[in-house]
Amino acid sequence: MWTELLQLTIYGIVLGSVLTLGAIGVSMIFGILRFAHFAHGDLMTLGAYFGLFAVGLGLPVWAALGVAMAGTALVAVVIDQTLYRRLRRTQPVILLISSFGMALAIRSVVQLVWGPNNQVYKQGIQLPHRIGDIVVKPDHLWIVGGAVTLVVAMHLFLSRTRMGKAMRAMADNMDLALITGIPAERVIVWTWVIGGSLAAAAGVFLGLDTRLHPVMGWSVLLPVFAAAILGGIGKPYGAIAGGMAIGIAMEVSTMVVAPAYKPAVAFAIMVLMLIIRPQGLFGGRS
Amino acid sequence: MSLLEVRDVHGGYGGLDILNGTDLAVEGTQIVVIVGPNGAGKSTLMKAVFGLVRVRKGSITFAGEEIANAKPESMVRRGLAYVPQEKNVFPTMTVRENLEMGAYHLKGSAKPRMEKVFELFPKLAERRNQPAGVMSGGERQMVAMGRALMIEPRLLLLDEPTAGLSPKFVDHTFEQIIAVNRLGLPILMVEQNAKHALEIADMGYVLATGKTRYRDTGANLLANREVAEMFLGG
Repeated sequence: MWTELLQLTIYGIVLGSVLTLGAIGVSMIFGILRFAHFAHGDLMTLGAYFGLFAVGLGLPVWAALGVAMAGTALVAVVIDQTLYRRLRRTQPVILLISSFGMALAIRSVVQLVWGPNNQVYKQGIQLPHRIGDIVVKPDHLWIVGGAVTLVVAMHLFLSRTRMGKAMRAMADNMDLALITGIPAERVIVWTWVIGGSLAAAAGVFLGLDTRLHPVMGWSVLLPVFAAAILGGIGKPYGAIAGGMAIGIAMEVSTMVVAPAYKPAVAFAIMVLMLIIRPQGLFGGRS
Repeated sequence: MSLLEVRDVHGGYGGLDILNGTDLAVEGTQIVVIVGPNGAGKSTLMKAVFGLVRVRKGSITFAGEEIANAKPESMVRRGLAYVPQEKNVFPTMTVRENLEMGAYHLKGSAKPRMEKVFELFPKLAERRNQPAGVMSGGERQMVAMGRALMIEPRLLLLDEPTAGLSPKFVDHTFEQIIAVNRLGLPILMVEQNAKHALEIADMGYVLATGKTRYRDTGANLLANREVAEMFLGG
């Protein structure tokens, strides 16, 4: 039983890495633009397929990851500037609904371009590493290592750079940021660059772990939101803890409930959290 | 020519005018204080100057340029710094980061300016790595003023800087306002604490129902019996 628990925890960390990268973006976008970005799952999908395109050109997976991140960041900025920007002065619910429409649009485009079938980055079976009875695939190490690297990079960006600090300032106190002369629109563009590229990385890692499918991102959107809420939505650092907790909880839950209920586990945690501690695990905003 | 001149300003939120013909001027390096009863439009006037409230009629000039309804972002570039009454710090950011944000639009290192702010508020230097949100009201007010000074403004707007502070901090804050002014920076402030504020004011304005009712030196307004009875609580 302990072996199984440990094995599932490892799977949970892998899933958690994917969820974390998605949840950071959702959390940042909520913190700065004050709306729940429903198209985030489909940005992940798009990123995964950009990666597939780059792999198809003969690039190694790590280079494809870079292409996917850059491409998705660009798409995210274009969507924001052409659609969301016009709706900024309306109620947040209008932005939420429009992002829902954008989710459907992205998914349809992906399906049109790459087809509705499952695809993989590389064929063949990988030899897993075995430690006792525990199995770890090489891809798992890449996924977790990649996620850790990106999270550290995000931390350095938010804590060391002028733009990163301006982003935190806007999430902290929008009115004061405006009064202080922080250029809101430029900060918003950077928010999409970071959110979009992390979503793409999440998508590529998800595709690496399982396979690519036009609804792959949409199907993890709920756990991504659960992770963002668990960590306190609007707080990118909370999303890291939230992502790991939801990922591990989803995998470990398969010891007692059928795997099909994994999203339900995430949903249950999210609902419980909203009832007990809507401000997230780490205190409220002051 | 006055540094700031507000002439016959009408304006407010939505369709409702709160300012009904307000006049005001700040000259040289004065401390100018706006007092008046609740709802007189004191804070609204401050926001109108900074472009946060729509001006429907009248003019506001700063250093000779018309600034009525200009964007708040552009005010910072022109040299106006505004400290709102509430929520005037970035709570999860450290004192140092709060100050850095003040200098966001300026090129070059923020260090020398930050050292000047630390000289003025030594307490902030001690606490530079603390998040602003965990500090006391008086300390937060210092952070907020420090942030505004980082802009290197030509005019400092303070909206009720002593609101909600304990009496000890009220005196302390007034001393700091005087110290900032001695550096040669003119200050326009709104204050509930009317008597105390008029004592340090070069010029005072009494506002009621969105109109300028009295305009005189701080000392004269304090000596004016009519003003005292109507607006300063006898």
